[in-house]
Amino acid sequence: MNNAGQAIHLKKEILVRIIKAFFSDNFEENTRLIPYAMRPKGMEVPYRCCVYKERAIIKDRAIAGLGFPIEEDDETVSLGTYAEKAIKRDELDGRNLTVLQAACKGCSTNRIYVTDLCQGCVARPCQSTCKFGAISIIDGRSVIDDSKCKKCKMCVNACPYNAIVKITVPCEEACPVGAIKKDETGFASINHEECINCGRCISACPFGAVHEKSQIIDILKAMISKKKVIAMIAPSIAGQFPGDIYKLKSAIIKAGFDDVYEVAQGADITANNEAKEFMERMAKVNEKNSEWLSEWANAGGYGESEETKDEEKIQNFMTTSCCAGYNQLVKKHLQEIKPYVSDTGTPLYYTAEIVKKAEPDAITVFISPCVAKRAEGFDNKNVDYVMNYEELGALFVAKKIEILECDGEKYVVEASKQARCFGYSGGVADSVKASLQDESVIKPCIINGLNKDNIKQLKKFAKTGECEGGCNLIEVMCCEGGCIGGNATMNNQKTAKKLIDNLANNSKDIPKI
Amino acid sequence: MEKIKVQVCLGTTCFVMGGANLQELNDIIPRKYGDKVEVVGSNCLGLCSIQWEYSKAPYVKVDDEVVHEATVEKVLEMIDKKLGK
Repeated sequence: MNNAGQAIHLKKEILVRIIKAFFSDNFEENTRLIPYAMRPKGMEVPYRCCVYKERAIIKDRAIAGLGFPIEEDDETVSLGTYAEKAIKRDELDGRNLTVLQAACKGCSTNRIYVTDLCQGCVARPCQSTCKFGAISIIDGRSVIDDSKCKKCKMCVNACPYNAIVKITVPCEEACPVGAIKKDETGFASINHEECINCGRCISACPFGAVHEKSQIIDILKAMISKKKVIAMIAPSIAGQFPGDIYKLKSAIIKAGFDDVYEVAQGADITANNEAKEFMERMAKVNEKNSEWLSEWANAGGYGESEETKDEEKIQNFMTTSCCAGYNQLVKKHLQEIKPYVSDTGTPLYYTAEIVKKAEPDAITVFISPCVAKRAEGFDNKNVDYVMNYEELGALFVAKKIEILECDGEKYVVEASKQARCFGYSGGVADSVKASLQDESVIKPCIINGLNKDNIKQLKKFAKTGECEGGCNLIEVMCCEGGCIGGNATMNNQKTAKKLIDNLANNSKDIPKI
Repeated sequence: MEKIKVQVCLGTTCFVMGGANLQELNDIIPRKYGDKVEVVGSNCLGLCSIQWEYSKAPYVKVDDEVVHEATVEKVLEMIDKKLGK
Protein backbone atom coordinates (compact mmCIF):
# COMPACT_ATOMS: atom_id res chain seq x y z
CA MET A 1 0.00 0.00 0.00
CA ASN A 2 1.11 3.51 -0.65
CA ASN A 3 2.36 5.23 2.45
CA ALA A 4 2.40 8.74 1.12
CA GLY A 5 -0.71 9.65 3.18
CA GLN A 6 -1.89 13.10 2.16
CA ALA A 7 0.00 13.04 -1.11
CA ILE A 8 -2.00 10.04 -2.24
CA HIS A 9 -5.21 11.75 -1.15
CA LEU A 10 -4.23 14.66 -3.40
CA LYS A 11 -3.47 12.40 -6.36
CA LYS A 12 -6.86 10.72 -6.03
CA GLU A 13 -8.71 13.99 -5.61
CA ILE A 14 -7.12 15.28 -8.81
CA LEU A 15 -8.17 12.13 -10.68
CA VAL A 16 -11.74 12.52 -9.46
CA ARG A 17 -11.76 16.12 -10.66
CA ILE A 18 -10.37 15.16 -14.07
CA ILE A 19 -13.06 12.50 -14.48
CA LYS A 20 -15.77 14.93 -13.39
CA ALA A 21 -14.42 17.50 -15.83
CA PHE A 22 -14.54 14.90 -18.61
CA PHE A 23 -18.24 14.35 -18.06
CA SER A 24 -18.97 18.09 -17.69
CA ASP A 25 -20.08 20.39 -20.50
CA ASN A 26 -16.60 21.90 -20.89
CA PHE A 27 -13.77 19.44 -20.27
CA GLU A 28 -10.89 21.72 -21.25
CA GLU A 29 -11.98 24.73 -19.19
CA ASN A 30 -12.97 22.70 -16.13
CA THR A 31 -9.64 20.89 -16.24
CA ARG A 32 -7.81 24.21 -16.45
CA LEU A 33 -9.64 25.31 -13.32
CA ILE A 34 -8.71 22.26 -11.18
CA PRO A 35 -5.76 23.92 -9.38
CA TYR A 36 -7.89 27.00 -8.66
CA ALA A 37 -10.81 24.93 -7.41
CA MET A 38 -8.54 22.98 -5.07
CA ARG A 39 -6.60 26.03 -3.88
CA PRO A 40 -8.96 29.01 -4.17
CA LYS A 41 -7.84 32.55 -3.50
CA GLY A 42 -7.45 33.30 0.18
CA MET A 43 -7.29 29.65 1.22
CA GLU A 44 -4.93 28.69 3.99
CA VAL A 45 -1.91 27.00 2.38
CA PRO A 46 -1.59 23.42 3.62
CA TYR A 47 1.87 22.27 2.50
CA ARG A 48 4.05 24.69 0.59
CA CYS A 49 5.21 28.30 0.71
CA CYS A 50 2.26 29.92 -1.04
CA VAL A 51 -0.93 29.23 -2.90
CA TYR A 52 0.80 29.78 -6.27
CA LYS A 53 3.28 27.00 -5.73
CA GLU A 54 0.50 24.72 -4.48
CA ARG A 55 -1.42 25.37 -7.69
CA ALA A 56 1.66 24.80 -9.84
CA ILE A 57 2.22 21.44 -8.19
CA ILE A 58 -1.42 20.44 -8.56
CA LYS A 59 -1.16 21.35 -12.23
CA ASP A 60 1.87 19.07 -12.58
CA ARG A 61 0.04 16.20 -10.92
CA ALA A 62 -2.92 16.78 -13.23
CA ILE A 63 -0.60 16.55 -16.25
CA ALA A 64 0.26 12.99 -15.16
CA GLY A 65 -3.44 12.33 -14.57
CA LEU A 66 -4.09 13.36 -18.16
CA GLY A 67 -1.41 10.91 -19.27
CA PHE A 68 1.54 13.19 -20.11
CA PRO A 69 5.10 13.25 -18.74
CA ILE A 70 5.57 16.03 -16.19
CA GLU A 71 9.28 16.40 -16.99
CA GLU A 72 8.51 17.63 -20.50
CA ASP A 73 6.15 20.41 -19.39
CA ASP A 74 7.65 23.83 -20.10
CA GLU A 75 5.07 25.60 -17.90
CA THR A 76 3.66 27.70 -20.72
CA VAL A 77 1.02 25.19 -21.79
CA SER A 78 -2.27 25.41 -19.91
CA LEU A 79 -4.00 22.40 -18.40
CA GLY A 80 -6.89 23.08 -20.74
CA THR A 81 -4.57 22.52 -23.70
CA TYR A 82 -3.31 19.29 -22.15
CA ALA A 83 -6.92 18.16 -21.75
CA GLU A 84 -7.55 18.91 -25.42
CA LYS A 85 -4.41 16.98 -26.42
CA ALA A 86 -5.49 14.05 -24.26
CA ILE A 87 -8.86 13.89 -26.01
CA LYS A 88 -7.23 13.97 -29.44
CA ARG A 89 -4.52 11.41 -28.77
CA ASP A 90 -4.98 7.90 -30.10
CA GLU A 91 -1.67 6.40 -29.10
CA LEU A 92 0.17 5.94 -25.85
CA ASP A 93 3.89 5.76 -25.28
CA GLY A 94 5.46 2.98 -23.26
CA ARG A 95 6.89 5.07 -20.46
CA ASN A 96 4.66 4.67 -17.49
CA LEU A 97 6.32 6.66 -14.76
CA THR A 98 6.89 10.37 -14.49
CA VAL A 99 8.48 12.45 -11.74
CA LEU A 100 7.16 15.73 -10.39
CA GLN A 101 10.60 17.17 -9.93
CA ALA A 102 9.41 20.34 -8.21
CA ALA A 103 8.46 18.11 -5.28
CA CYS A 104 12.04 16.79 -5.00
CA LYS A 105 13.25 20.10 -3.67
CA GLY A 106 12.16 19.21 -0.16
CA CYS A 107 14.34 16.13 -0.10
CA SER A 108 18.03 16.26 0.79
CA THR A 109 20.55 14.41 -1.38
CA ASN A 110 21.94 11.05 -0.38
CA ARG A 111 25.03 11.71 1.77
CA ILE A 112 26.84 11.14 5.04
CA TYR A 113 26.40 14.05 7.41
CA VAL A 114 27.98 14.99 10.73
CA THR A 115 25.28 16.34 13.05
CA ASP A 116 25.61 18.82 15.93
CA LEU A 117 25.99 15.86 18.25
CA CYS A 118 29.68 15.68 17.26
CA GLN A 119 31.59 16.21 20.49
CA GLY A 120 34.93 16.94 18.85
CA CYS A 121 36.46 14.06 20.81
CA VAL A 122 40.16 13.34 21.14
CA ALA A 123 40.10 9.78 19.81
CA ARG A 124 38.52 10.78 16.47
CA PRO A 125 37.56 7.27 15.41
CA CYS A 126 35.69 8.67 12.41
CA GLN A 127 38.82 10.16 10.97
CA SER A 128 40.99 7.11 11.55
CA THR A 129 38.40 4.69 10.21
CA CYS A 130 37.85 6.58 6.94
CA LYS A 131 39.80 4.89 4.16
CA PHE A 132 39.32 7.76 1.75
CA GLY A 133 40.66 10.64 3.80
CA ALA A 134 37.32 12.36 3.57
CA ILE A 135 37.12 13.52 7.19
CA SER A 136 39.02 16.49 8.53
CA ILE A 137 38.67 18.33 11.82
CA ILE A 138 37.69 21.97 11.51
CA ASP A 139 37.15 24.10 14.65
CA GLY A 140 37.23 20.96 16.77
CA ARG A 141 34.46 19.22 14.79
CA SER A 142 34.52 16.50 12.15
CA VAL A 143 33.67 17.67 8.66
CA ILE A 144 33.15 15.42 5.64
CA ASP A 145 34.49 16.33 2.24
CA ASP A 146 31.67 15.13 -0.03
CA SER A 147 33.97 14.91 -3.05
CA LYS A 148 36.07 12.25 -1.31
CA CYS A 149 33.30 10.43 0.62
CA LYS A 150 32.28 7.05 -0.83
CA LYS A 151 29.29 6.70 1.52
CA CYS A 152 30.69 3.48 2.99
CA LYS A 153 29.23 4.30 6.42
CA MET A 154 32.38 3.24 8.30
CA CYS A 155 32.38 6.56 10.21
CA VAL A 156 28.66 6.22 10.97
CA ASN A 157 29.39 2.95 12.73
CA ALA A 158 32.59 4.19 14.35
CA CYS A 159 31.23 7.27 16.12
CA PRO A 160 30.58 6.47 19.80
CA TYR A 161 28.08 9.38 20.02
CA ASN A 162 26.01 8.30 17.01
CA ALA A 163 26.69 11.78 15.74
CA ILE A 164 27.16 10.84 12.09
CA VAL A 165 24.15 9.86 10.02
CA LYS A 166 23.43 8.66 6.53
CA ILE A 167 20.80 10.84 4.89
CA THR A 168 18.88 8.64 2.49
CA VAL A 169 16.70 9.48 -0.46
CA PRO A 170 13.60 7.29 -0.07
CA CYS A 171 13.07 6.65 -3.79
CA GLU A 172 16.73 5.66 -4.29
CA GLU A 173 16.60 3.42 -1.23
CA ALA A 174 13.43 1.71 -2.40
CA CYS A 175 14.50 1.00 -5.99
CA PRO A 176 15.86 -2.57 -6.19
CA VAL A 177 17.81 -1.88 -9.39
CA GLY A 178 19.19 1.64 -8.89
CA ALA A 179 17.11 3.12 -11.70
CA ILE A 180 16.03 6.30 -9.93
CA LYS A 181 18.61 8.88 -8.88
CA LYS A 182 18.61 12.35 -7.48
CA ASP A 183 21.17 14.03 -9.70
CA GLU A 184 23.46 17.05 -9.13
CA THR A 185 20.57 19.42 -9.72
CA GLY A 186 18.73 17.83 -6.81
CA PHE A 187 15.94 16.42 -8.98
CA ALA A 188 15.12 12.75 -9.10
CA SER A 189 14.94 11.22 -12.53
CA ILE A 190 14.22 7.74 -13.77
CA ASN A 191 16.47 5.86 -16.14
CA HIS A 192 13.78 4.12 -18.19
CA GLU A 193 16.28 1.66 -19.69
CA GLU A 194 17.03 0.32 -16.22
CA CYS A 195 13.59 0.76 -14.62
CA ILE A 196 11.58 -2.42 -14.10
CA ASN A 197 8.37 -0.50 -13.35
CA CYS A 198 7.97 -2.09 -9.94
CA GLY A 199 6.44 1.06 -8.50
CA ARG A 200 8.44 0.99 -5.27
CA CYS A 201 9.47 4.62 -5.72
CA ILE A 202 5.82 5.65 -5.98
CA SER A 203 5.05 4.13 -2.59
CA ALA A 204 8.28 5.29 -0.98
CA CYS A 205 8.31 9.00 -1.83
CA PRO A 206 6.88 11.02 1.09
CA PHE A 207 6.25 13.95 -1.25
CA GLY A 208 4.26 11.82 -3.68
CA ALA A 209 6.55 12.96 -6.48
CA VAL A 210 6.45 9.83 -8.65
CA HIS A 211 3.31 9.41 -10.74
CA GLU A 212 1.90 6.80 -13.04
CA LYS A 213 0.91 8.31 -16.36
CA SER A 214 -2.80 7.68 -16.35
CA GLN A 215 -4.79 6.32 -19.29
CA ILE A 216 -8.08 7.33 -17.69
CA ILE A 217 -9.02 9.79 -20.44
CA ASP A 218 -8.43 7.18 -23.13
CA ILE A 219 -10.62 4.73 -21.21
CA LEU A 220 -13.42 7.27 -20.68
CA LYS A 221 -13.25 8.08 -24.38
CA ALA A 222 -13.67 4.39 -25.21
CA MET A 223 -16.65 4.23 -22.87
CA ILE A 224 -18.55 6.98 -24.65
CA SER A 225 -17.71 5.52 -28.06
CA LYS A 226 -19.92 2.85 -29.61
CA LYS A 227 -17.44 0.10 -28.82
CA LYS A 228 -17.86 -2.41 -26.04
CA VAL A 229 -15.44 -1.84 -23.17
CA ILE A 230 -14.53 -4.88 -21.10
CA ALA A 231 -12.86 -4.79 -17.69
CA MET A 232 -10.50 -7.57 -16.63
CA ILE A 233 -9.96 -7.45 -12.89
CA ALA A 234 -6.75 -8.71 -11.27
CA PRO A 235 -7.21 -11.31 -8.50
CA SER A 236 -5.91 -9.01 -5.77
CA ILE A 237 -8.86 -6.64 -6.29
CA ALA A 238 -10.96 -8.89 -4.04
CA GLY A 239 -9.30 -7.26 -1.04
CA GLN A 240 -9.41 -3.67 -2.24
CA PHE A 241 -12.97 -2.37 -2.12
CA PRO A 242 -15.94 -2.59 0.23
CA GLY A 243 -18.25 -5.48 -0.68
CA ASP A 244 -17.46 -8.66 -2.61
CA ILE A 245 -16.35 -9.15 -6.23
CA TYR A 246 -19.97 -9.72 -7.30
CA LYS A 247 -21.13 -6.32 -6.09
CA LEU A 248 -17.91 -4.95 -7.54
CA LYS A 249 -18.83 -6.35 -10.96
CA SER A 250 -22.15 -4.49 -10.85
CA ALA A 251 -20.38 -1.33 -9.71
CA ILE A 252 -17.83 -1.56 -12.54
CA ILE A 253 -20.63 -1.99 -15.08
CA LYS A 254 -22.47 0.96 -13.56
CA ALA A 255 -19.26 2.98 -13.94
CA GLY A 256 -19.40 2.55 -17.71
CA PHE A 257 -17.96 -0.87 -18.61
CA ASP A 258 -19.96 -3.38 -20.62
CA ASP A 259 -18.71 -6.56 -19.00
CA VAL A 260 -16.25 -7.82 -16.39
CA TYR A 261 -13.95 -10.88 -16.46
CA GLU A 262 -11.91 -12.20 -13.58
CA VAL A 263 -8.21 -12.44 -14.47
CA ALA A 264 -8.21 -15.31 -11.97
CA GLN A 265 -9.87 -17.21 -14.82
CA GLY A 266 -6.55 -16.94 -16.67
CA ALA A 267 -4.70 -17.74 -13.44
CA ASP A 268 -6.30 -21.20 -13.51
CA ILE A 269 -4.73 -21.75 -16.95
CA THR A 270 -1.39 -20.33 -15.79
CA ALA A 271 -1.30 -22.64 -12.76
CA ASN A 272 -2.20 -25.74 -14.79
CA ASN A 273 0.29 -24.94 -17.55
CA GLU A 274 3.01 -24.11 -15.10
CA ALA A 275 2.39 -27.44 -13.32
CA LYS A 276 2.73 -29.30 -16.64
CA GLU A 277 5.87 -27.39 -17.50
CA PHE A 278 7.29 -28.07 -14.06
CA MET A 279 6.80 -31.82 -14.47
CA GLU A 280 8.44 -31.77 -17.92
CA ARG A 281 11.41 -29.79 -16.67
CA MET A 282 11.90 -32.07 -13.67
CA ALA A 283 11.66 -35.16 -15.87
CA LYS A 284 14.47 -33.65 -17.93
CA VAL A 285 16.52 -33.11 -14.77
CA ASN A 286 16.12 -36.78 -13.83
CA GLU A 287 17.05 -37.88 -17.33
CA LYS A 288 20.15 -35.69 -17.39
CA ASN A 289 21.12 -36.78 -13.91
CA SER A 290 21.07 -40.45 -14.82
CA GLU A 291 22.87 -39.75 -18.11
CA TRP A 292 25.54 -37.86 -16.24
CA LEU A 293 25.80 -40.60 -13.65
CA SER A 294 26.34 -43.37 -16.18
CA GLU A 295 28.87 -41.27 -18.12
CA TRP A 296 30.63 -40.57 -14.90
CA ALA A 297 30.68 -44.29 -14.00
CA ASN A 298 31.88 -45.22 -17.51
CA ALA A 299 34.69 -42.72 -17.20
CA GLY A 300 35.80 -44.52 -14.09
CA GLY A 301 34.27 -42.35 -11.40
CA TYR A 302 36.34 -39.63 -9.82
CA GLY A 303 39.32 -38.66 -11.86
CA GLU A 304 39.72 -36.02 -14.51
CA SER A 305 37.25 -33.32 -13.73
CA GLU A 306 35.55 -31.61 -16.58
CA GLU A 307 33.91 -28.17 -16.47
CA THR A 308 30.23 -28.41 -17.22
CA LYS A 309 29.32 -26.19 -20.11
CA ASP A 310 26.54 -23.68 -19.59
CA GLU A 311 24.04 -25.27 -21.95
CA GLU A 312 24.59 -28.63 -20.31
CA LYS A 313 24.04 -27.32 -16.83
CA ILE A 314 21.29 -29.19 -15.06
CA GLN A 315 18.45 -26.89 -14.15
CA ASN A 316 17.24 -28.09 -10.81
CA PHE A 317 14.57 -25.44 -10.38
CA MET A 318 12.03 -23.39 -12.25
CA THR A 319 10.78 -19.93 -11.39
CA THR A 320 7.25 -18.62 -11.84
CA SER A 321 6.56 -16.05 -14.54
CA CYS A 322 3.41 -14.18 -13.60
CA CYS A 323 4.88 -11.13 -11.86
CA ALA A 324 5.44 -8.36 -14.40
CA GLY A 325 8.05 -6.63 -12.26
CA TYR A 326 10.07 -9.84 -12.01
CA ASN A 327 9.77 -10.46 -15.76
CA GLN A 328 11.19 -7.01 -16.43
CA LEU A 329 13.96 -7.62 -13.92
CA VAL A 330 14.90 -10.78 -15.82
CA LYS A 331 14.83 -8.95 -19.14
CA LYS A 332 16.87 -5.96 -18.03
CA HIS A 333 19.13 -7.14 -15.22
CA LEU A 334 19.05 -10.90 -14.75
CA GLN A 335 19.38 -12.48 -18.19
CA GLU A 336 21.21 -15.46 -16.72
CA ILE A 337 18.06 -16.71 -14.99
CA LYS A 338 15.95 -16.54 -18.17
CA PRO A 339 16.34 -20.28 -18.96
CA TYR A 340 14.89 -21.08 -15.55
CA VAL A 341 11.81 -18.86 -15.89
CA SER A 342 8.66 -20.71 -16.81
CA ASP A 343 7.54 -20.15 -20.41
CA THR A 344 3.92 -20.15 -19.29
CA GLY A 345 1.89 -17.00 -19.95
CA THR A 346 0.65 -14.72 -17.19
CA PRO A 347 -2.98 -14.82 -16.01
CA LEU A 348 -3.51 -11.53 -17.85
CA TYR A 349 -2.07 -13.05 -21.04
CA TYR A 350 -4.60 -15.89 -21.08
CA THR A 351 -7.54 -13.79 -19.93
CA ALA A 352 -6.96 -11.08 -22.53
CA GLU A 353 -6.64 -13.76 -25.23
CA ILE A 354 -9.97 -15.30 -24.20
CA VAL A 355 -11.72 -11.92 -24.12
CA LYS A 356 -10.36 -10.79 -27.50
CA LYS A 357 -11.36 -14.09 -29.05
CA ALA A 358 -14.90 -13.81 -27.72
CA GLU A 359 -15.23 -10.09 -28.48
CA PRO A 360 -12.73 -9.12 -31.20
CA ASP A 361 -14.07 -5.57 -31.52
CA ALA A 362 -14.18 -4.78 -27.84
CA ILE A 363 -11.74 -2.51 -26.02
CA THR A 364 -10.07 -4.41 -23.17
CA VAL A 365 -9.05 -2.69 -19.96
CA PHE A 366 -6.96 -4.44 -17.34
CA ILE A 367 -7.63 -3.27 -13.79
CA SER A 368 -4.29 -3.49 -12.07
CA PRO A 369 -2.64 -3.29 -8.67
CA CYS A 370 0.64 -1.88 -9.94
CA VAL A 371 2.58 -0.03 -12.59
CA ALA A 372 4.51 -3.14 -13.67
CA LYS A 373 1.32 -4.67 -15.02
CA ARG A 374 0.66 -1.37 -16.81
CA ALA A 375 3.87 -2.01 -18.70
CA GLU A 376 2.88 -5.63 -19.40
CA GLY A 377 -0.47 -4.43 -20.70
CA PHE A 378 1.27 -1.98 -23.01
CA ASP A 379 3.34 -4.80 -24.54
CA ASN A 380 0.36 -7.14 -25.00
CA LYS A 381 -1.69 -6.47 -28.11
CA ASN A 382 -4.78 -8.00 -26.52
CA VAL A 383 -4.76 -5.43 -23.72
CA ASP A 384 -5.83 -1.99 -24.93
CA TYR A 385 -5.64 -0.01 -21.71
CA VAL A 386 -4.71 -0.37 -18.07
CA MET A 387 -6.35 1.31 -15.12
CA ASN A 388 -5.12 0.90 -11.56
CA TYR A 389 -7.19 0.41 -8.40
CA GLU A 390 -6.84 4.04 -7.37
CA GLU A 391 -8.12 5.17 -10.75
CA LEU A 392 -11.07 2.79 -10.57
CA GLY A 393 -11.76 4.13 -7.06
CA ALA A 394 -11.65 7.69 -8.39
CA LEU A 395 -14.10 6.71 -11.14
CA PHE A 396 -16.52 5.34 -8.50
CA VAL A 397 -16.21 8.54 -6.48
CA ALA A 398 -16.71 10.79 -9.51
CA LYS A 399 -19.77 8.82 -10.58
CA LYS A 400 -21.12 8.54 -7.03
CA ILE A 401 -21.28 4.76 -7.17
CA GLU A 402 -21.92 3.02 -3.86
CA ILE A 403 -20.59 -0.54 -4.18
CA LEU A 404 -22.45 -1.85 -1.15
CA GLU A 405 -25.76 -0.73 -2.68
CA CYS A 406 -25.15 -2.59 -5.96
CA ASP A 407 -27.03 -5.85 -6.63
CA GLY A 408 -24.17 -8.18 -7.41
CA GLU A 409 -23.70 -10.32 -10.49
CA LYS A 410 -22.08 -13.71 -11.09
CA TYR A 411 -19.18 -14.16 -13.52
CA VAL A 412 -19.68 -16.26 -16.62
CA VAL A 413 -16.59 -18.25 -15.68
CA GLU A 414 -15.93 -18.47 -11.97
CA ALA A 415 -12.27 -18.93 -11.05
CA SER A 416 -10.98 -21.53 -8.61
CA LYS A 417 -10.11 -21.08 -4.98
CA GLN A 418 -6.36 -21.31 -5.69
CA ALA A 419 -6.41 -18.95 -8.68
CA ARG A 420 -8.21 -16.35 -6.62
CA CYS A 421 -5.24 -16.37 -4.22
CA PHE A 422 -2.69 -15.45 -6.91
CA GLY A 423 -2.59 -11.95 -5.51
CA TYR A 424 -0.71 -12.71 -2.33
CA SER A 425 2.73 -14.13 -1.71
CA GLY A 426 2.70 -17.93 -1.80
CA GLY A 427 -0.54 -18.11 -3.76
CA VAL A 428 1.01 -18.92 -7.11
CA ALA A 429 3.21 -21.72 -5.78
CA ASP A 430 0.19 -23.16 -3.95
CA SER A 431 -1.88 -23.20 -7.15
CA VAL A 432 0.85 -24.97 -9.11
CA LYS A 433 1.12 -27.50 -6.29
CA ALA A 434 -2.63 -28.02 -6.11
CA SER A 435 -2.69 -28.66 -9.87
CA LEU A 436 -0.60 -31.81 -9.43
CA GLN A 437 -1.76 -35.30 -8.49
CA ASP A 438 1.23 -35.69 -6.21
CA GLU A 439 1.68 -32.33 -4.51
CA SER A 440 4.74 -33.47 -2.60
CA VAL A 441 7.06 -33.25 -5.62
CA ILE A 442 7.09 -29.48 -5.35
CA LYS A 443 9.40 -27.87 -2.84
CA PRO A 444 8.65 -24.17 -3.11
CA CYS A 445 10.97 -21.30 -2.30
CA ILE A 446 9.07 -18.02 -1.89
CA ILE A 447 10.69 -14.72 -2.76
CA ASN A 448 8.39 -12.23 -1.11
CA GLY A 449 9.44 -8.83 -2.42
CA LEU A 450 12.53 -8.22 -4.54
CA ASN A 451 15.47 -6.39 -3.03
CA LYS A 452 19.16 -6.03 -3.75
CA ASP A 453 20.00 -9.05 -1.58
CA ASN A 454 17.64 -11.60 -3.05
CA ILE A 455 18.43 -10.41 -6.58
CA LYS A 456 22.03 -11.38 -5.80
CA GLN A 457 20.77 -14.71 -4.48
CA LEU A 458 18.81 -15.37 -7.68
CA LYS A 459 21.98 -14.64 -9.66
CA LYS A 460 23.76 -17.27 -7.63
CA PHE A 461 21.00 -19.83 -8.17
CA ALA A 462 21.18 -19.22 -11.92
CA LYS A 463 24.93 -19.70 -11.87
CA THR A 464 24.88 -23.00 -9.99
CA GLY A 465 21.62 -24.35 -11.39
CA GLU A 466 20.57 -25.03 -7.86
CA CYS A 467 18.24 -23.28 -5.42
CA GLU A 468 19.04 -23.34 -1.72
CA GLY A 469 17.49 -26.02 0.47
CA GLY A 470 16.87 -28.29 -2.51
CA CYS A 471 13.84 -26.23 -3.54
CA ASN A 472 12.64 -26.72 -7.09
CA LEU A 473 9.99 -24.06 -7.63
CA ILE A 474 10.80 -20.43 -6.94
CA GLU A 475 7.83 -18.12 -6.73
CA VAL A 476 8.94 -14.54 -7.24
CA MET A 477 6.78 -11.61 -6.27
CA CYS A 478 8.30 -8.21 -6.86
CA CYS A 479 6.25 -6.52 -4.10
CA GLU A 480 6.37 -7.49 -0.47
CA GLY A 481 3.17 -9.39 0.28
CA GLY A 482 2.56 -10.02 -3.44
CA CYS A 483 0.11 -8.02 -5.53
CA ILE A 484 -1.77 -6.92 -2.39
CA GLY A 485 1.38 -4.84 -1.77
CA GLY A 486 1.28 -3.23 -5.23
CA ASN A 487 1.80 0.50 -5.51
CA ALA A 488 -1.83 1.25 -6.39
CA THR A 489 -3.48 -0.83 -3.66
CA MET A 490 -5.65 0.91 -1.09
CA ASN A 491 -6.27 -1.58 1.69
CA ASN A 492 -3.85 -2.80 4.35
CA GLN A 493 -2.42 -6.20 3.57
CA LYS A 494 -3.87 -8.04 6.55
CA THR A 495 -7.45 -7.12 5.72
CA ALA A 496 -6.87 -7.54 2.00
CA LYS A 497 -5.64 -11.09 2.53
CA LYS A 498 -8.58 -11.89 4.80
CA LEU A 499 -11.06 -10.68 2.19
CA ILE A 500 -9.36 -12.73 -0.53
CA ASP A 501 -9.45 -15.81 1.70
CA ASN A 502 -13.16 -15.29 2.40
CA LEU A 503 -13.82 -15.37 -1.32
CA ALA A 504 -11.45 -18.29 -1.96
CA ASN A 505 -12.99 -20.42 0.76
CA ASN A 506 -16.31 -20.26 -1.05
CA SER A 507 -14.79 -21.26 -4.39
CA LYS A 508 -14.20 -24.65 -5.99
CA ASP A 509 -10.78 -26.31 -6.09
CA ILE A 510 -8.50 -25.95 -9.11
CA PRO A 511 -8.70 -28.88 -11.58
CA LYS A 512 -5.73 -31.27 -11.47
CA ILE A 513 -3.67 -31.83 -14.60
CA MET B 1 -22.26 7.43 31.65
CA GLU B 2 -23.53 6.96 28.13
CA LYS B 3 -21.22 5.12 25.75
CA ILE B 4 -19.54 7.15 23.02
CA LYS B 5 -20.37 5.83 19.58
CA VAL B 6 -17.78 6.04 16.81
CA GLN B 7 -19.13 5.41 13.32
CA VAL B 8 -16.54 4.82 10.60
CA CYS B 9 -18.02 5.38 7.15
CA LEU B 10 -17.45 2.39 4.87
CA GLY B 11 -18.99 4.06 1.83
CA THR B 12 -17.06 3.77 -1.41
CA THR B 13 -15.93 7.40 -1.39
CA CYS B 14 -14.60 7.28 2.16
CA PHE B 15 -12.91 3.95 1.53
CA VAL B 16 -11.21 5.13 -1.65
CA MET B 17 -10.12 8.46 -0.19
CA GLY B 18 -8.23 6.75 2.64
CA GLY B 19 -10.82 5.13 4.93
CA ALA B 20 -9.02 1.81 4.66
CA ASN B 21 -6.41 3.16 7.08
CA LEU B 22 -9.08 3.67 9.75
CA GLN B 23 -9.55 -0.06 10.28
CA GLU B 24 -6.87 0.21 12.94
CA LEU B 25 -9.45 1.92 15.11
CA ASN B 26 -11.15 -1.46 15.60
CA ASP B 27 -8.10 -2.59 17.57
CA ILE B 28 -7.02 0.67 19.17
CA ILE B 29 -10.35 1.88 20.57
CA PRO B 30 -11.25 -1.17 22.70
CA ARG B 31 -7.68 -1.35 23.94
CA LYS B 32 -7.52 2.30 24.89
CA TYR B 33 -11.03 3.02 26.14
CA GLY B 34 -12.43 -0.39 27.13
CA ASP B 35 -16.24 -0.33 27.06
CA LYS B 36 -16.55 3.46 27.29
CA VAL B 37 -16.37 3.78 23.53
CA GLU B 38 -18.00 1.66 20.88
CA VAL B 39 -16.68 1.57 17.32
CA VAL B 40 -18.79 0.41 14.38
CA GLY B 41 -18.44 0.41 10.61
CA SER B 42 -21.32 2.04 8.85
CA ASN B 43 -22.76 2.09 5.35
CA CYS B 44 -22.37 5.44 3.61
CA LEU B 45 -23.20 8.18 6.13
CA GLY B 46 -24.12 10.50 3.26
CA LEU B 47 -21.65 13.16 4.33
CA CYS B 48 -19.77 13.18 1.02
CA SER B 49 -22.90 14.13 -0.92
CA ILE B 50 -23.58 17.32 1.05
CA GLN B 51 -22.27 19.95 -1.39
CA TRP B 52 -20.32 17.14 -3.06
CA GLU B 53 -17.55 17.26 -0.46
CA TYR B 54 -15.70 14.11 -1.49
CA SER B 55 -12.38 15.89 -1.07
CA LYS B 56 -12.95 16.00 2.70
CA ALA B 57 -13.49 12.21 2.89
CA PRO B 58 -12.95 9.92 4.76
CA TYR B 59 -15.55 10.80 7.37
CA VAL B 60 -16.03 9.47 10.89
CA LYS B 61 -18.81 10.43 13.30
CA VAL B 62 -18.04 10.55 17.01
CA ASP B 63 -21.57 10.75 18.48
CA ASP B 64 -22.94 13.75 16.58
CA GLU B 65 -19.63 15.37 15.71
CA VAL B 66 -18.19 14.85 12.25
CA VAL B 67 -14.47 14.31 11.76
CA HIS B 68 -13.53 15.06 8.16
CA GLU B 69 -10.35 13.96 6.39
CA ALA B 70 -10.27 11.51 9.25
CA THR B 71 -7.09 9.91 10.47
CA VAL B 72 -6.64 7.61 13.46
CA GLU B 73 -5.07 10.52 15.41
CA LYS B 74 -7.88 12.94 14.61
CA VAL B 75 -10.54 10.44 15.72
CA LEU B 76 -8.75 9.67 18.99
CA GLU B 77 -8.40 13.39 19.65
CA MET B 78 -12.14 13.85 19.18
CA ILE B 79 -12.92 10.95 21.54
CA ASP B 80 -10.62 12.46 24.18
CA LYS B 81 -12.37 15.80 23.77
CA LYS B 82 -15.75 14.11 24.27
CA LEU B 83 -14.50 12.31 27.34
CA GLY B 84 -13.37 15.68 28.69
CA LYS B 85 -9.72 14.74 28.80
